[in-house]
Amino acid sequence: MILIVDLCHKAESLSKYEFVDPIASIVRRTGSEFKVRHFSELTAKEIERSDGIVLCGTPLKDDLRARRIELFIWIRDFDRPLLAICAGMQVVAAVFGGEIVPQPKIGLERIEILKETDLLGPPGEIEGYHLHNFGVTLPSGFDLVAGRAGQIEAFKHSGRPIYGIIFHPEVRNKWIVERFLDLG
Amino acid sequence: MFLGVLFSGGKDSVFACRRAMETDSVVCLITVISENPDSYMFHTPNVRWAHLIAEAIGVPQLLWSTRGEEEAELSDLRDAVAAAKKSYGIEGVVTGAIESVYQAARVQRICRELDLWCYNPLWQIDQVEYLRLLVEEGFEVIVTGVFAYPLDESWVGAKIDDRLIRELESLQKRYGINPSGEGGELETFVLDGPILKKRIEILRASKTYENYRGRLTIEEARLVDK
Repeated sequence: MILIVDLCHKAESLSKYEFVDPIASIVRRTGSEFKVRHFSELTAKEIERSDGIVLCGTPLKDDLRARRIELFIWIRDFDRPLLAICAGMQVVAAVFGGEIVPQPKIGLERIEILKETDLLGPPGEIEGYHLHNFGVTLPSGFDLVAGRAGQIEAFKHSGRPIYGIIFHPEVRNKWIVERFLDLG
Repeated sequence: MFLGVLFSGGKDSVFACRRAMETDSVVCLITVISENPDSYMFHTPNVRWAHLIAEAIGVPQLLWSTRGEEEAELSDLRDAVAAAKKSYGIEGVVTGAIESVYQAARVQRICRELDLWCYNPLWQIDQVEYLRLLVEEGFEVIVTGVFAYPLDESWVGAKIDDRLIRELESLQKRYGINPSGEGGELETFVLDGPILKKRIEILRASKTYENYRGRLTIEEARLVDK
């Protein structure tokens, strides 16, 4: 079962349609079982029973997650596939000691994939939709997968299938979410 | 949260408004009227009648006009949103964007500049499922413009119902038509729906059609009790 986590500032917000439902729709189309939970309602049992977790993005003005990193400490011990999108990537970076830094970007931009991974495939270029006010620094124990220092597009934990991507794969790059579902 | 909806009277803005009304307070409907019939950002046919839908919903409409030139249009939209913030105290903007990165990114930038939330509750929705949802929820929507092969004259003025949705689904497979018209293939106008306290009755309209481009222009319409 895939756990899709809504990181928006409150449960059942208007933003859920925009940041959570498109991910759920991709997962549904693949036939995978899934459950959607708001981050404030996640239980240890749900995390333990999941085969993989997706942390979804949030609106530009939504920065609640930056203040409540303590709710995500479980990620430190999580050893199954985890895909952290945009705000989710910021959470993962913060949990592992990286920094959340101002780095506003809106719209489609080219992304350079530098390192081959099971998620993004071999090195090359793709175009991705960005919608964020903040980027991240590379936490210790993570590899840079796409982008460059000061403009990290994707990273991966060096020992576990934990991925962060700052762009939104639900827009024009649904294949990334589909590949993630195959990681398990 | 107090929200303003970018509102054309087409199905996407009306449905986005419905979703916003379920979670937040919609305090104004922002309608930008373009003098350019090929406007980059704004739905043009019949937008002059969107005030009837606003009245039927019971939310004030803020009307703003633009000459419809590509970049000036954006600054006009920014001014309209800024006026809504000042007059109605909106804290966020709602759009009916589904796939258009062009439209969505520009509205996002305007909202960031004005320190407003931006909501796109139809973003990336499956277009056929969305049309079915519209019909299931009781929206009465007509096609007021067609702009793509092979949409013939019979589409102009047609009501979106199960038969039409099946046809759009088949045209999507055969010709790559976006079923909800997100690629500019179709334009629509809402006549009734669950958030409208009255329905719109078209009293007089004219139709034009040539080479897979057609329009139904409303010339006289009124609100009637449901």
